[in-house]
Amino acid sequence: MTTLTHSETRKGEKPVEPESAAKNAGRIKARRRSASIWIGRIVLAVAVVGGWQWFTTEGWVDKFFFGQPSEIWDSLVKLFTEGTAFGTIWENLGVTAQEAFFGFLLGTFVGVILGILLGSNKYLSAVVGPYIRIVNSIPRIVLGSIFIVAFGLGVFPKILLAAVLVFFVVFFNAFQGVREVDQNLVANVRVLGASPYQVAMHVTIPSAMTWIIASLHTAFGFAIIGALVAEVLGAQKGIGLIISQAQGTFDPNTVFACMVIIAVVTLFAESLINLLEHRLLKWRPPNRSEAQAI
Amino acid sequence: MNSTPTPRPPGPPPKAAEGARIEVSGLTKRYLTPKGETFTAIRDVSVTVEAGQFCSIVGPTGCGKSTTLAQVSGLETPSAGSVKVGGNLVEGITNGVSYMFQADALFPWKSVLGNVMMGPILLGTPKRQATDLARDWLRRVGLAGFEDRFPHQLSGGMRKRVAMAAALINNPRILLMDEPFGALDVQTKAIMQNELLKLWEELRPSVLFITHDLDEAVALSDRVVIMTSSPGSVKDVFDIDLPRPRGNVQEIRHEERFLELQGRIWESLKDEVTRAYAVSAGAA
Repeated sequence: MTTLTHSETRKGEKPVEPESAAKNAGRIKARRRSASIWIGRIVLAVAVVGGWQWFTTEGWVDKFFFGQPSEIWDSLVKLFTEGTAFGTIWENLGVTAQEAFFGFLLGTFVGVILGILLGSNKYLSAVVGPYIRIVNSIPRIVLGSIFIVAFGLGVFPKILLAAVLVFFVVFFNAFQGVREVDQNLVANVRVLGASPYQVAMHVTIPSAMTWIIASLHTAFGFAIIGALVAEVLGAQKGIGLIISQAQGTFDPNTVFACMVIIAVVTLFAESLINLLEHRLLKWRPPNRSEAQAI
Repeated sequence: MNSTPTPRPPGPPPKAAEGARIEVSGLTKRYLTPKGETFTAIRDVSVTVEAGQFCSIVGPTGCGKSTTLAQVSGLETPSAGSVKVGGNLVEGITNGVSYMFQADALFPWKSVLGNVMMGPILLGTPKRQATDLARDWLRRVGLAGFEDRFPHQLSGGMRKRVAMAAALINNPRILLMDEPFGALDVQTKAIMQNELLKLWEELRPSVLFITHDLDEAVALSDRVVIMTSSPGSVKDVFDIDLPRPRGNVQEIRHEERFLELQGRIWESLKDEVTRAYAVSAGAA
């Protein structure tokens, strides 16, 4: 396309017009592209949700087991207007969000600290490494049962389970991030007289930050899963409790409604993490795929 | 970019304007491989760099040139032999040293200004002074106006300029350069060589400069050290008596004396390069 514009400018000797025309054409093309993407998205959503509604109304799929979009909507409305047997939906959502949030914080904190520590100490990582891999391979979600037996039905065991799930994701990323630090950069700073503390503050941690932040996206999802599963296993409040209650009364619509609520919360948290990512990693070169969209 | 004496803030090392004499004697470095075998990288290397001298080390790939530099900087400790800088034995990190690598070791998350500032900041200079000093140095390497850019927004040559400013801002007694211009294209390389020579002539640190490029070594240096293939040791030392200031690096290449020296050094280097190549080809 660029070659075309060039030859045109040379022939026509009017360098301004073809240039702006090409720009306009590009803009129109870009706009058309994004419009077609949005149309595609809407069509897909309508097809899936509409198909679900249609199949269940016609009775090809049993709505007793699989729910129905319109009834999910009804139970959503009911959850927000009438509340549940365990208090309003806001109360329960608050408890779950709180558990996930604190679990996320705890897991991230411990994961980052241990990851950086083990990543920068070869001996320690060689000693502890195999055990971490063993612990990572056991189904950690089962720990939820132990936590509930040990710490009761309160908020704490949920935070703990969420933190355990978050920990491994963040830990492995922080560890890898420290390992990937540019050794030239470390040598350079050390020669300039940096203490080990300064090396960590100026080189290791900022460099591992890219990896750590990338892990936070998945980590928050895990925090929510941890909190929900622990609530299903045993709780006095929370979305997980509502879900397990709905399961007991054969009410798939309420389960789906809870899923929708949690999805909204997760998307919101995700956007916050994105914001943080943009703030902390503004030095990174822009993603090339963004530029290719034109 | 003439050298008008601008009122510079007091630089951190108070009396470091003079380069320091580097004496490497009988230096041997052995590494332990993970399997427990020892590998001798350099054997019995002895090199002397006079204060303020520009010395190049040339040798085949993998002959331990970088290892030698690491011992001089104090990042590693020798297995045998010693390194003296300014008469003092090197133990731990040597004072007043700056490093420059082939890959520009810049902080990708710091702005250009932040990168250049690192040297004084690590020495405990107050931030205001460090900023002023860094701005001054960016001007000296011709990057005024680029203070707020990030390294990825600069071209390869500009990144090298930043690295150069960052290496020289502390007014080092010793400048260790590990193939600093190896990754640059030919034109940029020549520009950077001229730039380096100009700054070196202002500050006169002692320089140990590793390169594969014989032309580069002869054009820049006072002394060229040829190393043998692995394990590395000193094969020959040539003193380059081309007059200083050298002027344009590209033009000096056509002078008769340059070609003569270059030819003699190549004779010495040729055998080592062929041997190193034969070994690596045999191993592959």
